[in-house]
Amino acid sequence: MGWTLTLCTTYDSTSVRDETRWENIRAPNSESKTKEFRLQGRTCMYRKIRCAMQELIDHYRTMLVIRFFEEEVEDLFSQGVVKGTTHPAIGQEAVAVGACAALRPGDYVTSTHRGHGHFLARGGDPKRIMAELFGKQSGYSGGRGGSQFMADFSLGFLGGNGITGGSIPVATGAALSAKLQASEQIALCFFGDGAANQGTFHESLNLVAIWKLPVVYVCENNMYAMSMPVGDAFAVTDIADRAAGYGFPGVVVDGNDPIAVQRAVETAAERARQGEGATLIECKTYRLSGHSRGDQRHYRTREEEARARAADPILRLREMLSADGTLSDEDDVSLKDEARRVVSDAVTFAQESEYPDPTTLEKGVFA
Amino acid sequence: MREISYTDALREALREEMARDATVFVLGEDIAEYGGAFGVTRGLLDAYGSQRVLNTPISEPGFTGAAIGAALTGTRPVVEIMFMDFIGLVTDQLVNQAAKLHYVLGEQAPCPLVVRTAGGGGRCYGPTHSQTLEAWFMHVPGIKIVVPSTPADAKGLLKTAIRDDNPVLFIEHKMLYSRRGNVLEGDAALLPFGRARCITEGDDLTMIAWSWMSAEAEAAAKELEAGGVSVDLFDPRTLAPLDMAPLEESVRKTGRALIVEEGCRTAGVSAEIACRLFECVHEYLDAPIRRLASPDVPVPASPVLEEAMIPDRNAIVQAAIELVQS
Repeated sequence: MGWTLTLCTTYDSTSVRDETRWENIRAPNSESKTKEFRLQGRTCMYRKIRCAMQELIDHYRTMLVIRFFEEEVEDLFSQGVVKGTTHPAIGQEAVAVGACAALRPGDYVTSTHRGHGHFLARGGDPKRIMAELFGKQSGYSGGRGGSQFMADFSLGFLGGNGITGGSIPVATGAALSAKLQASEQIALCFFGDGAANQGTFHESLNLVAIWKLPVVYVCENNMYAMSMPVGDAFAVTDIADRAAGYGFPGVVVDGNDPIAVQRAVETAAERARQGEGATLIECKTYRLSGHSRGDQRHYRTREEEARARAADPILRLREMLSADGTLSDEDDVSLKDEARRVVSDAVTFAQESEYPDPTTLEKGVFA
Repeated sequence: MREISYTDALREALREEMARDATVFVLGEDIAEYGGAFGVTRGLLDAYGSQRVLNTPISEPGFTGAAIGAALTGTRPVVEIMFMDFIGLVTDQLVNQAAKLHYVLGEQAPCPLVVRTAGGGGRCYGPTHSQTLEAWFMHVPGIKIVVPSTPADAKGLLKTAIRDDNPVLFIEHKMLYSRRGNVLEGDAALLPFGRARCITEGDDLTMIAWSWMSAEAEAAAKELEAGGVSVDLFDPRTLAPLDMAPLEESVRKTGRALIVEEGCRTAGVSAEIACRLFECVHEYLDAPIRRLASPDVPVPASPVLEEAMIPDRNAIVQAAIELVQS
């Protein structure tokens, strides 16, 4: 067993809001346990978190697969090998991996337009995800859905969505159906900062609150809704604050720390399973890539991107694992090779798969 | 066989299906103690409890979207949208989610959703509580559309809608809630989708009308019959799927077709039906196909203006006589 020390910031609705920047503070030699303190007007909490090193290695491995998968996809799109559009989650791997690690089999997950990472973290088959991007029959949706519409109901993964916030009401419904059927399932709802300004976000949080449904909202605040910075789109500093308006807790966590995300989701999932209702977890992270193919990123500076790259969740996790001797350089190379092989196998599978038969075009509009 | 109202028939369908299948539940605004704006869900709360009769806040996109999520995960929700005009709020949920998900997710999960709503005018409710909007949804692949005009159709088709594995837009009509007619019990009441109902038989012209216009056309057909014009009158009952075969067969016989629609004329349902008839039976036509629809204006509140807008039995009789004489 090893230890990581994570800064969790709990919101305090009575405190004065200010321009506090989020950061991760790690102090491997610290002996302190959970400790509350005030930081620039908000209540914060150090939590010394105990976790198995193997778990961290597993997170690292999955994050690498997501990173290499998305880089490969960006490449394939820019070469024109794959058509249409895609929204890479480069830089946001810790949210997907941490959140999904906190779930049980059978729990529902709803995703977004930037959903490959969520799907991979939930156990989706990289081959079938890649094949879907290629528009092949062997893809999860037989080539009909593309990047934004992929699901595996056997994993409880109810799919991404091409409408920003489109899956938020679906999560309400999945949780409602779990409650009506008296199952222990919960629904984990991924969405971005952009979706938090859709009307359905507010309606859904209210419905879930009044019906006390088992939903865990995981907001991936990657700082931009396409080009719009969160500071221009929100008059509050933390999206998590909005939970207070619906009567359930909102917490801010470092979205570049998979363990911080995982522990927050575990706590929220437990609350949900106990019938205590929803939690909104805002994971502050950064979209290291452009919004989609062709994004020239005129709306932000290269300096800002360089600062964000220094906080790259994969680099950070690797440094942490190396620093305490858990991960040798050799291990790191072999994990990366393994992850690259997963991705290249997926590409080979997709390339070798057949396109759907055009005569099936009109099949399946109705069940 | 018992004679009951259209409202009672709808309620019986809900009661019977909720009793038959524990995964069926209803949700919408003021549907619990209040019993729904038109009284359709009255008594369901006492019978099935607040778990299965869910009063919602005024959040149509939120609760319709929730119903979609519930439908994808093993239940059969029946949503009530109080007035069809409010369907504009849930268009994204119906068009971009419910209608597509089965197809675009590779047929992994059905979406057995029913959205019940009260359409149409005739009560001076004004521009946002009186519209007839089924044409919007006929353009969307993946949604079935039901437009019942009698208690038997209302009951039988609602039961079928609840058992259907697809999203169904079930459009009731405010002017029909008090209409009385005979209904059957249990499974005997079930009616299939995609079967037009022949209301009257005749040789002089084919008339096609649904929902309230079906009732008006029936009255018109009686008047025409008395005046020596015999009408083959059909109510398609479902617009998606649309049962064209008997309509085509009828036009082959009569050579004349009048389609009566409460909705606005431009790009309406009658345009689609007219086109399909023309494609199939144009060589049998003795006169151009005639559409009688509302003009392209918002539904005004004043009774005089609303009456001037929506076709009624007199306008139907007049249009039919003109068509027969042409």
